[in-house]
Amino acid sequence: MPSPPQTLFEKVWHRHEVAAETPDTPAVLYVDLHLIHEVTSPQAFTVLRERGLKVRRPELTFATMDHSTPTRTEQVFGGAPIAIEAAARQVRELEVNCADFGVELLGLRHARRGIVHIIGPELGLTQPGKTVVCGDSHTSTHGALGALAFGIGTTEVGHVLATQCLLQGKPRTLAINVSGRLGAGVTAKDLILAIIGRIGVAGGTGHVIEYRGETIRALDMDQRMTVCNMSIEAGARAGMIAPDETTYAYLAGRPRAPHGAAWEQALEQWRRLPTDAGAGFDREVDIDAAALEPMVTYGTNPGMVMPISAAIPQRPGDAVFAKSLAYMGFEPGRPIAEQPVDVVFIGSCTNGRLSDLRDAASLLRGRKVAAGVQMLVVPGSQEVKRQAEAEGLHEVFLQAGAQWRESGCSMCLGMNGDLVPKGRYAVSTSNRNFEGRQGVGARTLLASPLTAAASAVRGRVTDPRELM
Amino acid sequence: MDPIKTLRSRTVVLPASDVDTDQIIPARFLTTTTRSGLGANLFADWRYGGDGAPKADFVLNRPEAQGCAILVAGNNFGCGSSREHAPWALTDYGFRAVISTQIADIFRSNSLKNGLLPVIVDPGTHGWLMEHPGAEVAIDLESASLTLPTGRAAHFPLEPFAKYCLMNGVDELGFLLGKEPQIRDYERRRAAGPVR
Ligand code: SF4
Repeated sequence: MPSPPQTLFEKVWHRHEVAAETPDTPAVLYVDLHLIHEVTSPQAFTVLRERGLKVRRPELTFATMDHSTPTRTEQVFGGAPIAIEAAARQVRELEVNCADFGVELLGLRHARRGIVHIIGPELGLTQPGKTVVCGDSHTSTHGALGALAFGIGTTEVGHVLATQCLLQGKPRTLAINVSGRLGAGVTAKDLILAIIGRIGVAGGTGHVIEYRGETIRALDMDQRMTVCNMSIEAGARAGMIAPDETTYAYLAGRPRAPHGAAWEQALEQWRRLPTDAGAGFDREVDIDAAALEPMVTYGTNPGMVMPISAAIPQRPGDAVFAKSLAYMGFEPGRPIAEQPVDVVFIGSCTNGRLSDLRDAASLLRGRKVAAGVQMLVVPGSQEVKRQAEAEGLHEVFLQAGAQWRESGCSMCLGMNGDLVPKGRYAVSTSNRNFEGRQGVGARTLLASPLTAAASAVRGRVTDPRELM
Repeated sequence: MDPIKTLRSRTVVLPASDVDTDQIIPARFLTTTTRSGLGANLFADWRYGGDGAPKADFVLNRPEAQGCAILVAGNNFGCGSSREHAPWALTDYGFRAVISTQIADIFRSNSLKNGLLPVIVDPGTHGWLMEHPGAEVAIDLESASLTLPTGRAAHFPLEPFAKYCLMNGVDELGFLLGKEPQIRDYERRRAAGPVR
């Protein structure tokens, strides 16, 4: 009897069930790739030590440092110490833990170090059909390659280290079907912001999203990663995109991807992964990409988002909404375009890849960052940095008056010294505009690299299409 | 983890929706390498002014909030970052349960592993709780229900396994370690060929 049609998610899930879910117990799910970083792993190693446990399959865990590490060249490569003492301690502790437990680490000065969600795919560690976990919610990024990838807590980091497995309830499925062509100046970032605006920051709770449709198929891998990255901003456990020729072309020849006969075998397996015709989802949402404009957030969660030409919405009587606008210093009914900007940040696991830097450089070439605007360009990995420099993109940024840094999370979150000052407005290509995310009192407007670069040039929130 | 069977406490009401884990514990406090002491910085940017002094108007700073073990928050609690520091900060401060209409997946999972009860209730019950700060409520794990002082009871979702672990103080790592034979068997099957 032929097996019933299955979704991409169901196929990956079933292939990793060490024990299936029962009415009384969650599934025991096998993990193929475990990524760790300095912030959410120390307490997990402490538990291993307390209980006398080893890392069960050290070759399946891979460590890097990105969150609390500095991005100033002199602090990474020079003799200057990491400015924040506690962060320096965290970095040292990861080095010791990896050495003691036999885990491979791309340390602070390693040529392939970078943000964990950038380097997984870049090295070819992330592959279609794998289960990928990390103590970080943006692990959803790796789903762009057809992996089932999700963030876990530190206790679970310990579970994976000790047993290579997790206890998981099976999530529901949500198909987001995207059709129509993205217009000029409208990017994958605008698409995912529009999706979050549509379904809300809790709209995906309990679900794994599969992004489907012609628009998704037409995206390159960098763009697909941008989309899957922000699945968690809609509350989803994970986001996935079925692997196809774009995925295989991206992976071919990467250092940790299979090679030779193993590549052919892997391809044969990967081609079986896409959702079967007739497979059902628990929910479906349709999006028309052709109708989208560049998007920008105006509030304190990623669901508070609007087209760049629109006016800030009104919600009379909604005290929570009013509080959010008060934090941002915005009034309902006012346009967002022309809002003065103090800081522009290009980077993060959402938009810190080479194509993002190319987008930003395309608008900055031959132009200057407006007086009074601080602009930071932070490549997502040292490899992205090298590639960008090979193309001369860093010259474009430096000549425009922007700063060019070593890779890391940087201004995406306020814990490594790169901060937006209190009360200041930042147009940021990162993924969270929560209160204080980029520094105490910082006001974040999330946007694409194109919109961020255009806003840097004008010193005001600017529709990139005006400069294209 | 100590077993939990029932919990009775007055509530503190935090009138904010979509409370993210960056609010619960801001990133600059994540440079710690231990689990303890995070309660001092719970809701730091709402709780303290720029000078470090407690803000008198923030709910946790009011006298009547002292000693309350149950936090009632607006719709959708715990979204954003997967940091387990969020439930660590809440439990270190003294909370044993959070109540909302919706609780984000990773935060909920992290809470259950740290003996912090994530209680998802219907909008009617939630509305009543939001309007009655300081109400004395009772939570019973066996029946997975919450009882208001009015006598009204609301059921909340709690998977049988999570209930079992909470009520018996069972640690999930021990359970997983016990699965070693099955894990080895699975690895053998995988090595022999693709699992379909
Ligand atoms: S870039 Fe930002 S969102 Fe991505 S892993 Fe770093 S801190 Fe998290």
